[in-house]
Amino acid sequence: MIEFKNVSKRFEGGFDALRNVNMQLGEGEMAFLTGHSGAGKSTLLKIISLIEKPTRGQALLNRINLKTVSKRRVPYIRRNIGIIFQDHQLLFDRTVFDNVALPLIIQGYRHQEIAKRTRAALDKVGLLHKDKAMPITLSGGEQQRVGIARAVVHKPMLLLADEPTGNLDPALSREIMQIFVDFHQVGVSVLVASHDLDLIDELKKPVLTLNGGEMTHNDLQPITAYES
Amino acid sequence: MVMATNKKRRNRPEISNKLAAYFLHHLQSLVFSLGKIYKAPTTTIMTVAVIGITLSLPCGFYLFLKNIETMSGDLSSSTQITLYLDLKTSEKSARKLNNTLASKVMVQNTEFISRDSALQTFRQSSGFGESINTLLSNPLPHTIVVIPKNNSDKFEIKNLLNSLQSLPEVKIAKLDTEWLERLFTILEIAKRAVGIITLLFAFAVLLIIGNTIRLDIQNRYQEIIVTKLIGATNAFIRRPFLYGGLWYGLFGGIVSWIIIELSYIAISGPLNRLNLLYQAKLDIVTFSFQDFIILIASSTLLGLIGSWIAVAKHLNQIEPT
Repeated sequence: MIEFKNVSKRFEGGFDALRNVNMQLGEGEMAFLTGHSGAGKSTLLKIISLIEKPTRGQALLNRINLKTVSKRRVPYIRRNIGIIFQDHQLLFDRTVFDNVALPLIIQGYRHQEIAKRTRAALDKVGLLHKDKAMPITLSGGEQQRVGIARAVVHKPMLLLADEPTGNLDPALSREIMQIFVDFHQVGVSVLVASHDLDLIDELKKPVLTLNGGEMTHNDLQPITAYES
Repeated sequence: MVMATNKKRRNRPEISNKLAAYFLHHLQSLVFSLGKIYKAPTTTIMTVAVIGITLSLPCGFYLFLKNIETMSGDLSSSTQITLYLDLKTSEKSARKLNNTLASKVMVQNTEFISRDSALQTFRQSSGFGESINTLLSNPLPHTIVVIPKNNSDKFEIKNLLNSLQSLPEVKIAKLDTEWLERLFTILEIAKRAVGIITLLFAFAVLLIIGNTIRLDIQNRYQEIIVTKLIGATNAFIRRPFLYGGLWYGLFGGIVSWIIIELSYIAISGPLNRLNLLYQAKLDIVTFSFQDFIILIASSTLLGLIGSWIAVAKHLNQIEPT
């Protein structure tokens, strides 16, 4: 699913956000990405979600080289990913239902299909009864769950989450993480960046640790040799 | 191959459905952008009013010109050449000449006024009746009024005048068109001025709409970034903004039409009085249906172009970081 081979990212001004990172997340695998702030977690996720391009090395998503993707194709590749943000990034001018339906509308699904899938996604995060509510009226945990519903509504192959529990209390965090584990169990690849080490320990999933842009710990399988 | 299996698993929408969904989304953006406009009434009213006023100025000039042209059209169709015949010409040969002229291709019709009837009319209307009675002989000549064919241009009229002048019985052939020519020249200048004004104001409308859409894009910066991360294409993001511009243009056009119609109502009172005073019938021309359609279509098009420029310039600069 995701393959990084000697990936480095140097920002303008000479700051190295990632140095020679190697990793592989297979289809249906779930892993946590940890490290201090500034260790390069966000940069790694940004490379996968095509916000940044690697300076050196090869980053592959579904065997597509993320460095050479044309601007035109970027939206279509992003549709394979569901992204969950720390601050959930909901649109406050429309209802919960319309927020969750947005990826389907973007991808041109039929009206009935949109309604069906949106309800299913909201049901999965336990918010079906709030479909007509405005996001502003929801609690922080509920807003994050709407964010998750929006990320999974189009059934992406890969879920990326950047500090999804950053603003939540421990009980809510556990609830949110459990939703990710549930998706992993139905075959979705999941990569969660988090520094909630206690919770990560509890869930017993592979852990990747970044430190100063280098990968210092990697529970996932090493990269299998294959010709590109 | 990976993508193919993928497609199967995720049960993507089929092509025909996609097409239907595409049109549905266009419709949704159209309604959505209308809703946005409705939710921000102050901004919308101000923008639409500015567009309406801006467009009403060239429209007003245009109508003014159109009216003057209609009036001067009536004047030019009433062009006539007056032939004062030699005093020695007998009434019989004068009448004969009149009949010859009336049958000419270039001539619409003619009117013969004999010396006697001219004197009669003069005596009655001038108030010099007594003094005229003291005259030994009638000083007035036979007169023929020649009205040229309706659609003759000024060169044809000039030629006709020359040929009439060269007739032996004609002493003076008179055509008073100089002032008419001046009027036409002034009209030509005014037409060009209106053209320039229209261009300038159309450009102003482009700027107004472009700026409004630019602000709209800035206000929805976060939303644009989120939709981009969810996989929206630029075309998808562009659509509601383009339709927003289209609505501004459309409503602006309607407002300018209303302004023009109201101005017409305001003018029509004194105009009717003027008609009474001059016992004339000056019919003021207002917008025809065709003018209305052209106005609305071009203001809508201006809205679309203005927002397109703003969107092309600003939307591509917004990328998630």
